[in-house]
Amino acid sequence: MLKKMLRKSVMPFLAFVLALIIGGIVIGVTDSRVNSQISHPIKFIKALLSTVGNAYLSLFQGAIYDPNLAEGKGFIHGFYPFSETLLAASPLILCGLAVAVAFKSGLFNIGAQGQFIFGAIGASYIGFKYNLPVGIHILVAIAAAIILAGLWGGIAGLLKAKTGAHEVIVTIMLNYIAARFILWILGQTAFRRPGRIDPLAPPVKESSRLPLLFGSEYRVNLGFLIAIAVSILVYFILNRTTLGFRFRAVGANATAARTAGISVGSSTIAAMVFSGALAGLGGAIHVLGNQFELTTDVAGSFGFDAITVALLGRGNPVGVVLAAILFAALRVGGVTMQANVQVPVEIVLVIQALVVLFIAAPGLVAKIFRVRSYEKSSTIVSKGWNG
Amino acid sequence: MSLELRGITKTFGSLVANDSIDLAVNDGEILAILGENGAGKSTLMNVVYGLLQPDSGSILVNGKEIVIHSPLDALEAGIGMVHQHFMLIPVFTVAENIVLGNEQINKIGILNLDKARSEIRRISDEFNFDVDPDSLIEDLPVGIQQRVEIIRALIYDAKVLILDEPTAVLTPQETDELLRNLKKLRESGRSIVFISHKLREVKEIADKITIIRRGKVVGSASPSASQEELANLMVGRDVDLKVDKKSQQLGESIVEIKNFSQLNHYGRPIVDDVSFEVRGGEILAIAGVQGNGQSELAESMVGLQENTKGSITVDGHDVLKNGVLENLRSGIAYIPEDREKDGLISSFSISENLILDIHQNKPFSSKGLYFPDAVAANANIRVPEFDIRTQSINDTASSLSGGNKQKVVIARELSRPVKLVIACQPTRGLDVGSIEFVHRRLVEERDQGRAVIVFSTELDEVFALADRIAIMFKGRIIAIVPATESRENIGLYMAGLTPGGNSHA
Repeated sequence: MLKKMLRKSVMPFLAFVLALIIGGIVIGVTDSRVNSQISHPIKFIKALLSTVGNAYLSLFQGAIYDPNLAEGKGFIHGFYPFSETLLAASPLILCGLAVAVAFKSGLFNIGAQGQFIFGAIGASYIGFKYNLPVGIHILVAIAAAIILAGLWGGIAGLLKAKTGAHEVIVTIMLNYIAARFILWILGQTAFRRPGRIDPLAPPVKESSRLPLLFGSEYRVNLGFLIAIAVSILVYFILNRTTLGFRFRAVGANATAARTAGISVGSSTIAAMVFSGALAGLGGAIHVLGNQFELTTDVAGSFGFDAITVALLGRGNPVGVVLAAILFAALRVGGVTMQANVQVPVEIVLVIQALVVLFIAAPGLVAKIFRVRSYEKSSTIVSKGWNG
Repeated sequence: MSLELRGITKTFGSLVANDSIDLAVNDGEILAILGENGAGKSTLMNVVYGLLQPDSGSILVNGKEIVIHSPLDALEAGIGMVHQHFMLIPVFTVAENIVLGNEQINKIGILNLDKARSEIRRISDEFNFDVDPDSLIEDLPVGIQQRVEIIRALIYDAKVLILDEPTAVLTPQETDELLRNLKKLRESGRSIVFISHKLREVKEIADKITIIRRGKVVGSASPSASQEELANLMVGRDVDLKVDKKSQQLGESIVEIKNFSQLNHYGRPIVDDVSFEVRGGEILAIAGVQGNGQSELAESMVGLQENTKGSITVDGHDVLKNGVLENLRSGIAYIPEDREKDGLISSFSISENLILDIHQNKPFSSKGLYFPDAVAANANIRVPEFDIRTQSINDTASSLSGGNKQKVVIARELSRPVKLVIACQPTRGLDVGSIEFVHRRLVEERDQGRAVIVFSTELDEVFALADRIAIMFKGRIIAIVPATESRENIGLYMAGLTPGGNSHA
């Protein structure tokens, strides 16, 4: 089991290493200090290595562990950056799971962004509108998010099952609608913060905020544990329930599933509702655990990063958790890197893009690292438009 | 021209597809290469044709060693190949297909087909091929399409013609025609390598026979050897080509089909007003050339088709009204025609494939929970019971050979209580050993009183199994005859003719 997992992670790991190497070259050639040494090969290489080294070091310090923070306060305080990484990773894990569940069910859900938005709207409204006891308030807010986002995702499933409309097109369009919908709803009286005219909802009440995990010094909260628990739940549903069996069967071969008496249409609808609900849960914990208020760009790029996370995690819940933490680390660390060594934060996007590119081209990576046999990706990442 | 192979070895990873193979074909000779699926015949021919490079060994033409890096090299050396799946573009004409890759253009860059046309006519006349250079490929029957492939090889002046399983797609009449044409080519001095696993054809046409098993040449035989001898050599053990059937115990009527039609999107009937009945304890074989509505009829019988008229009942259940799941549950075993596409999920494990349509039943699941242990336990019983050859029940279905894939489908369908077995092309692409197994299982079902419907395009199979034979042509059942009917007459029916001379076309 462990051996199999290690085997599966070889290619993503090598893809990441390769992305870091090429990212390093990009950092080097875009750095004026390095470029000024171009006439002295030895100095050039030294400058290149030191610049890239410093950049990646501060990336690490910004994302995982910073000894400067530990100084005088104790070793453990150096992990503050990592707690920030986990905070950022939590919604990403859930959105990644949303895309991964759809992948496994043979659907390419581009709509996590829109589903996230509806989850955030639902959680925010319950959070600021009602006064409920502590635990109950969180549960109701999350339930509202799941229901709204599940229905939103279900639209794409229903259209696909009943009319054959391709889910990629439908979810992209639903993303546009969701993005405009949040603009509109933030302009309505029900969502307007008293005393403000800009589109900003009232802050959610204390009783609906997710409890912190390690005291007030760290922002990481129950949302991370929820994300981990849900990833276990997703694994369980896919592998230990008949619903998951049908999702996987339809995803792997819809005609064989149909011949075996499985209803492809209901599986499609159920998978999209489930997928939407997961992304909506991501929206909920982002609002209840991090932002506390609904803004027009509350969703950031979670829904889109989710696609790359699911791809990197090979549609597997464990892989998705690891990939989401990696991406969150790059995002969080990138900010520190820019501040400390003036390497633009956009380099992180380059590295992310390279990782995905190499994942998509395993033959290339295998050739570079001379890997003889490797686990071929079992995730359906692209299908014909008629698929 | 003579072609000789010496010590050809080709490996794929740990699999030895060809193990130092020697063979030779002389001027004006037909060499048949006989072997089961997966024996390495196609690999060997792809080596000769330059599609694969051998690890070791040499190829000699007229006694001189040559190196073949690509099909172009092979063509230049005078070796032509007709693939099992035709490499033709359906919307192009015969002439356009033949010049493809070697187009002649005139001064202003317009395609000039005149030379190709006259060449095609010359060859077509020489061998009586009856091919019009200007007809569209998609309008031509399969047998003629194959002739186009042969003409293409001949235009490149091929002296050695390799045919890879050429009769797999042909009707019995077309097969006879092909064999006659190959004899004519032999008379013209050309050498032919004929790859097949069909004993009758090989015996009829070959001058000598080389038998390949598991990548090795295991012997050669003369065409006068009996079918049993050839089969034993091919499989490596004694094979019983006849299926033992008990005397028939007819039961009650199980399948009743009345005025059934299935229409396509344009409202044209694909299955056209079909009525018949099948009783318990009998095998009805539905013979016919591929594409005459058999697939649609079979799929309709489990509820997989829409746009239907008339009625189909199985054991009193209206299958057109019920869903697929209900139909399977009411006692239909369904062995689909395309096991890769409809029968199996290749990325799923063997154990999961064995419960695909019963995954919601106990003990595999209960209250929505799914139990992999019970699924594995089931696989541990079925794998030995149905002789599925695999390393592990956790291997994916895609790792199995064709015969073992089919055994998985059969194991799944026949290990639950059924009243009717629908088997579509149940032995297509299988080796002799697996065919024997599948046939035995189907006859066992009949002997236990179940109704069995076998859709088959293979006359050998039809005659081995059937108690009655129905022939399907252009969507209609044009005759239902006892299994004692002559082979020739069934062949005529399959071509849409009645033995009396009337045409159904």
